[in-house]
Amino acid sequence: MGFLDISHVTKSYGQVQVLHEVDIAVQEGEFLVLVGPSGCGKSTLLNMIAGLEAISSGDIAIKGRVINGVHPSKRNIAMVFQSYALYPNMTVGQNMTFGLEMHGVPKPARDAALADVAKLLQIDHLLDRKPGQLSGGQRQRVAMGRALVRNPDVFLFDEPLSNLDAKLRVDMRTEIKKLHQKLKTTIVYVTHDQIEAMTLSTRIAVMNKGYVQQLGTPKEIYDTPANLFVATFMGSPAMNILPATVVMEGGQPHAEITDADGARRLLRFSQGNLAEWADKPILLGIRPEAITDPEGADRKSANIQPLANRVTVTEPAGSDTFVTMTLSGKDVIARMRADAMVAPGEVFDFAINMDKAVAFDPATEARIPQ
Amino acid sequence: MAAVTQDTAVSTGRVTRTFLYVVLGVFALFYLLPLYVMGVNSVKPLAEITGGNMMALPRVWTLEPWRAAWSTAQIGIEPTGLRPYFLNSILMVVPAVAISTVLGALNGYVLTKWRFRGDTIVFGLMLFSCFIPFQIVLIPMALVLGKLGLAGSVPGLVMVHVVYGIGFTTLYYRNYYASFPTELVRAAMMDGAGFFQIFWRIMLPVSGPITVVSVIWQFTNIWNDFLFGASFGGTSQPMTVALNNLVQSSTGVKEYNVHFAGAILAALPTLFVYIVAGRYFVRGLMAGSVKG
Ligand SMILES: Nc1ncnc2c1ncn2[C@@H]1O[C@H](COP(=O)(O)OP(=O)(O)OP(=O)(O)O)[C@@H](O)[C@H]1O
Ligand SMILES: [Mg+2]
Repeated sequence: MGFLDISHVTKSYGQVQVLHEVDIAVQEGEFLVLVGPSGCGKSTLLNMIAGLEAISSGDIAIKGRVINGVHPSKRNIAMVFQSYALYPNMTVGQNMTFGLEMHGVPKPARDAALADVAKLLQIDHLLDRKPGQLSGGQRQRVAMGRALVRNPDVFLFDEPLSNLDAKLRVDMRTEIKKLHQKLKTTIVYVTHDQIEAMTLSTRIAVMNKGYVQQLGTPKEIYDTPANLFVATFMGSPAMNILPATVVMEGGQPHAEITDADGARRLLRFSQGNLAEWADKPILLGIRPEAITDPEGADRKSANIQPLANRVTVTEPAGSDTFVTMTLSGKDVIARMRADAMVAPGEVFDFAINMDKAVAFDPATEARIPQ
Repeated sequence: MAAVTQDTAVSTGRVTRTFLYVVLGVFALFYLLPLYVMGVNSVKPLAEITGGNMMALPRVWTLEPWRAAWSTAQIGIEPTGLRPYFLNSILMVVPAVAISTVLGALNGYVLTKWRFRGDTIVFGLMLFSCFIPFQIVLIPMALVLGKLGLAGSVPGLVMVHVVYGIGFTTLYYRNYYASFPTELVRAAMMDGAGFFQIFWRIMLPVSGPITVVSVIWQFTNIWNDFLFGASFGGTSQPMTVALNNLVQSSTGVKEYNVHFAGAILAALPTLFVYIVAGRYFVRGLMAGSVKG
């Protein structure tokens, strides 16, 4: 049992089921990120925790108390909305203390709470302004401040950064992370940005089409994705997925693929249990950063496989150079050091870190366990 | 609530501009001419009007027609002037406008932010009331007023106008609130505000523009209404009916100067509402609440 328990929760709009049997136990102080493509039901789940949407079946409990029918304001939850949703007719100060006022907190206590939070978020000088007189980043801060003053059990964030420009988004991301480290409040955070999910969370729930595809730490999600969807959704550029066949060579399972010139190549798997899949087709997943030049290869890896292949395109991106090539008929992207000497059209000696390779069952798209 | 920009895309040259102003000026004069005629003739002795030129300025200026129209002219059989009827109209129009506007705002709020099964049907039926001609409801309305014991009284007229106006005010507020961000209402709910607190503290403060529209519309319609006033006014007839009685009186000479003064008196309150309320047509009340 966790601090916030979501058990067997479903949601239907009429005939359409938009959430299927969601089960998540959030521990106290955890930063849970719900991530997934547009329309997968993230906001719906968040709104159900907030009490803004009815639960079709299942239970949501906070600190062991089932809150299914409890009014949003009685759940001791605060929410930061995607659009900020600041009250346009009130000053920043009034916006932030409106909730306390509605809960009957006396004025001196409200002012004290406001002063604390304003100082924490460095918005003390803005308290008398109206939301219309603030910049996007300042509005974002006020929206967070409004949630913070209530000192809730759980914070809910619905894509709070998606309206900010790229630079500010990165700054605010760091700020939210700092805030969480300082306050240690339980947070449920919705985003469709997988980088936000990776950087902020202590755990991630990857959702698709109303199903939780995988629930785990960022590292688990990234290194051992439960299925093809999670593998390709998390990570940028996306994981390379190649059709391959498992063949046994010298008692070891290998992935058989073809290179750009159509020649047959073998890459030895680190996982011995793939022997069960001998002579069967699989989908081989390799992240771009696991394909490098030999000097750039991960020194800690026990299984670096060499692979000479013809380069199609190179894209220098400053810190890295992205190299595109063809393997098993698919475009494959490798992430190289910026100064790797690669030229399009040439055959280059790549090094593939097979410790990081994953294999998927082509029929179920589930990862084959190691 | 998208801000309306006042910029025209076409930049006009000086010649075009002059031409535009001349045309606009001519139209303005054309529309102001009747007012001019009413104005000058309301401050002339009757002899000057009957003696000839309606367009000329008075040779002798007098406010006597105004005084007569206000307090001594023969209305029906009583020489009361328009004053008591003016009062009736005020007593009718103020509560009728206030009540129909408040109810319209509440309806709009419920129909957009507290939606329920069948809400669009309810709204459709209310819209329907906007298209029913006055004449059709006269007899049922008379029956209802009779049953309620409100026939021939100011409260009866207030009720009639409230019932008739609710369709329009609901339409205005519903459409205005439809573009009001629902996240704001949700935020207020999470903050612990109840149904009326959200309405009062969050919605109403930004409803200025639509309230002005609603008030102007309702005030003009109710003040200028003749049919309901004549049918249900009884002893508390409004200004419009009294003006009719003044102008249509078949006995004695027609005192045109008094009639003109009376007509202007009857039109003044609507003019006043336009000028005062128009100043509150503020734009951009929603600035900064949501990213837009
Ligand atoms: N009132 C409704 N009636 C019917 N279907 C709805 C309703 N609200 C949401 N849905 C459906 O539920 C699904 C999940 O919606 P939700 O808003 O939770 O998506 P999301 O994951 O937050 O997407 P985004 O990233 O675009 O915000 C969508 O397919 C949507 O069409
Ligand atoms: Mg959403």
